[in-house]
Order: sequence, then structure tokens, then C-alpha cells
Amino acid sequence: MTAAAAASPSVAALRARFGNSILRDRVICGDTVVWVAADRAHEVLSWLRDDPGQGFDYLTDLTAVEYRDGELPLEVVYQLRSLARRADLRIKLELDKAQPLEVESVCDLWAGANWLEREVFDMFGVTFRNHPDLRRILMWETYAEGFPLRKDFPLRGHFSRSEQTRQALAANPEAHYSLEELSIAESYRELSVEMRERLGRGERGEVS
Amino acid sequence: MSTRTVEFELSTPGVDAAGRDIRVPLGARAREADDFASEHTLINIGPQHPATHGVLRLVIELDGETVTRCIPHIGYLHSGFEKLAEYRHYNQIIPLTDRTDYLSPMANNVCLAMASEKLMGIEITERCQVLRVIACEMSRIISHIVWLGTTGIDIGAFTPFLWLFYQRERIYNLQEAWTGARLTTSLTRVGGMMADIPEGWEAGLRDFCQTFPKVLQEVDTMFTKNAIWCGRNQGVGVISREAAVNGSLSGPLLRSTGVDYDVRKDRPYLGYDTYDFDVPVGEHGDNYDRYLVRLEEMFQSTRILEQALDRLAGLRGAPVNVDDARVILPPKSRAMSDMESMIHHFKQVMEGIRPPVGEAYLGIENPKGELGYYFVSDGTAKPVRWRIRPPSFLNLSALPQMCEGALLSDVIATNASVDIVMGEIDR
Repeated sequence: MTAAAAASPSVAALRARFGNSILRDRVICGDTVVWVAADRAHEVLSWLRDDPGQGFDYLTDLTAVEYRDGELPLEVVYQLRSLARRADLRIKLELDKAQPLEVESVCDLWAGANWLEREVFDMFGVTFRNHPDLRRILMWETYAEGFPLRKDFPLRGHFSRSEQTRQALAANPEAHYSLEELSIAESYRELSVEMRERLGRGERGEVS
Repeated sequence: MSTRTVEFELSTPGVDAAGRDIRVPLGARAREADDFASEHTLINIGPQHPATHGVLRLVIELDGETVTRCIPHIGYLHSGFEKLAEYRHYNQIIPLTDRTDYLSPMANNVCLAMASEKLMGIEITERCQVLRVIACEMSRIISHIVWLGTTGIDIGAFTPFLWLFYQRERIYNLQEAWTGARLTTSLTRVGGMMADIPEGWEAGLRDFCQTFPKVLQEVDTMFTKNAIWCGRNQGVGVISREAAVNGSLSGPLLRSTGVDYDVRKDRPYLGYDTYDFDVPVGEHGDNYDRYLVRLEEMFQSTRILEQALDRLAGLRGAPVNVDDARVILPPKSRAMSDMESMIHHFKQVMEGIRPPVGEAYLGIENPKGELGYYFVSDGTAKPVRWRIRPPSFLNLSALPQMCEGALLSDVIATNASVDIVMGEIDR
């Protein structure tokens, strides 16, 4: 057991540079975890990537954690790695569940974050500001039951099995195409009213 | 907008009504280029298509035959494994891992056990380490065999597929003899293995290690300098080193671009640092380099397997499971004869193991890339969160980048060379 393992040297550098925005840090099972204030997260992550002494050029993983205790905040977790230094660091942000769940997207820093953030949005309902294409990824575009990995989501979904079957059978086949694709195919008129409304609000995609 | 013009009028030999030879034009006469180039075509490949290697759906916008946009759609095989795990004990999650990357189930089992052990701070026995190395490398070989065989078929070579699948069958037989299952192996347990290898099993693997490289060499002869293979793969599906790192690619895809990162070497687990093997690294980041990297990895895996078998001979009779009552069941004979052991067995099965409050991320080098399992525990027997870092998911996310600007037929070759498995992407 590496309980006595020392924290990553990045922690001291982070504290020196960002002060109070670094909320706390711990070494858990040998890995250094740093909690960062959500409003400065993008700045901190950007610095960790670009500072020559840090060089965390590889985003290993991006996910979210919601605890069973409803009082605890929802966490967005970034697993960073420096390929050159062979070093790892875990950054966490806490989001108050009473407020809208929103963080800045890191797609501009790591292209790999694109699908990972879409998955967190799909599964937890966290919105990533400035994400180029934030839409559901594993569930389908018109999925209405909510966010499956949230703790208030029952294992078998919110709807009954018969309702799920009814919706699946009644689905508009055009809904299997994303708005972006429909804009290419010029079949905008075939969209359901609800999708056209969302499109009208400019939620995503561009339609000629 | 394409300005390509039709230079030749295509025609085919035929006969007219009087039986004389004539040239029959194919389709309409050559039209003005703008006529058909002004409109882009949207085509849909999948989700049921033999070349998408599972239920992947690609929507492709074509300008003539050139791909201008490629939009992958996933989720058709989504089973909610991560959600399910929140309702299960740690050892009960192992069968779920079989079903994620179902082309290398044993390696997934190993990763799950190791992540749980990291969470609990358990050091496994030496014999267990060697057995797990064998499981991982056997998985790497069968996964790469599926990749190479099916990629050959996608590009039009059927024979190597049959040669390779015969070899895969041999590993599957070994897998069956060891675990009782060919696909859903559920081989590991937290703190050890479900079973030790049966008597005389090593001989079968030893025989495989001696004969398999010869088959690989034949495949090498068939493919590596084959004009069609080179033409379809070299310079196709290129991704730069910077884009690969920035896009979080891993495994052979990352190494084919020249990045020398292999979890087995750079973050050694299971004592991989004590084995003698090389990590092949490409330089062009195209389909062909990915082929070369994976082919060499199969040779290297055979080397590792041979070394592991040698070590196993020196560890005959050594314990496989750790001596830790928190995670390992008492022997069946004791559970049936002694009260304490029976209670222990009952509690262990009904209540599950309880890791302390904490979290652990553990990544291993799977055939597809870095597979990571991230556990968050609140001290109960069921994890708060089980996150799979799926290598195929991230590798597939770079597919549009590799395809756009190429021809439609290159999409098939490139998609094959990315080596995806939908069970893991959709989870």
C-alpha cells in the first residue's frame, strides 16, 4: 500500500500560481487528486497543459461522479497525463447540484475531450460551455427520460417498459439523423415539430 | 465544389441485335462536370453492415467519391454497464467486463481485479501475477487476430483470415480449458483468480507459442509487401503525432504515429518491467503502420508468453490467491466442515467485499489501447461509480479526422485499421 506516497510536485506549483482557487489536495491510493474551483478550472487546466514544467499534454479521461449522499456536490473529473514526464494528475471540480450544472469545455485544449464531454452531458446532464457539438452520444437525440447515471434515475428508467416500447415503435425514422445531417440532406421539413423548435432556438447545428 | 471532368467515356464489350461486336456505354454519356458535382450525396453505412465491425453507423457526406464529412453514430449497443455496476458487488462486476471488449475478455477481467485491488491496497501473489500476464497476452493475440483477419477481408484477402482464425481457435480451446467458457471467461477475482490452470495446460500453450509465429510469418509474407495491401493502406487514414496525443488516442493507434507510450513499459503492472519484450513504434501514423505495429505486437506477445511459462514452471504449487480473509473465500472443504469458515463464506457471498472509502484509477495496456477502470467507493460493498475509460471510444472519435478528404473506399480500410469493438464503445 502506498498510503504514505508523496503528493505530485504539481500541487505546490498549482498553489503558488492559483492560490485560493486550489481548494484542497489529497493522495488517494497513490494518486494525487486536486480539487479546483469550477470557475477557474479552464484556466488551471490550460496552464497545466502549456506550462513547460507541467506539460500535461494528454487527457486520459474525463468523467463525472455523483455520490449517493445527495448533499455532496457532483464532481467532474479530469485524468491528466504528461507523456514526456510519465506523470499523472487527477483534477476535480465540484458542482453544486442546486445550481445549473455548467462548466467550461476543454475541447479547445484537448480534442479528445469532445466525445468525453458529450458522454458526461448525455449521462449526467452537465452542460459544457463552448463545446462545438454538445448533443447526446450514447442515448438517442430524442431520449426523454433524463440522465441515466444520475442517482435519482432508477435502474430501469423513468418510463414503464410498455411506454418505452410504445415510444420506440412510434419514433420518427428521421430522428435517427442528427440535425446537422438533415441540414445536408435538406429534409428539414421532415423533422418533428419539437426538433424544429429546438433548431429555431439555435440549440445546435446550422440549417440552410 | 469539385471541378473534376470525365475524360473517358466508359464502355463495355457487347453484341448488337445482328450479333456483331459493339461497345456499349456504361450508364449515361459523360455529362458536364458541374451537373453532378454540384450536389453532395449523403450516404448511410450501418448500423448493420459487415464492414463497420459491429453496430456502428457512419453518415458520410460525399462530393463525388471524396468524403467531405464523416459523422459516426454510436450507442446502438448501449447496455448501461456503468449504471449496473452501481447495484453490484465488486466481484459481480467481473462478468460485465467480459461483455465490454468481448474480443479480449480475460484482459478486462484482469483490469477489473487490479483496480479493485488498488482500491483496497492488496498485493497479489507472484503466481497470480504470472497467470494474469498470460491471460493478458493471450487476449492480445486473439484480439489482434480478429483485427487482422477481418481487415484482410475488408480489403479483399480471405485466406489469411482462415489461417488466423484457426490459430484463434487454439487459444479459445485453451481459454475454455482454463475458465470453462470461450467468451465470457470471468477469469479473475479480487485478490486472485477464479481458477488455477488445469494440469498439463502449459503444454498446450507452449505448443501454440512454438507454432504460431510460423503462421504469422506466412501472413507477413502475404501482406507486408503485397501491392494491393500497400496500395490500400500506405498513406491512408493518416493522423499526425500531435493530433493523436491531443485526441487522447492510445494503443497501437498512438504508437503508429511515433509516440513511444506503452502502459506495460511506462507504468509497469504485473511485473511487466521484468519481462524482455520490445514495443514496436511506427512513424507515419497511417493504416499500414498500424498493421505493422499490431503484427509485431503479436510476435512480442508470444515472447512474453514463453517467458511467463518458464516462470510458471518455477512457481509450481505456489499459492494463487492472496491470504486475505477480506476478499478470498475459504476453501470449499473447510466451508463445509468448519463453522467459522462457513459463516465467512456466507457473509462474503451475501454481503460482498467492502473496500475503504476512496477512489482508484487503473489503466492497463489492452489490445485496443489503454483500458482504464476508475472506481469510487463510499465504503459500502457496491461502488458509487465505476467508470470505464474505453480505448475504442476515444480511438473512434478520431475517425472523422482520418477519413475526411479521402475516398469512400478508404473509409472502410481506415475504420478497419482503427480496430474498434462496439461492446466497449457503447458499454
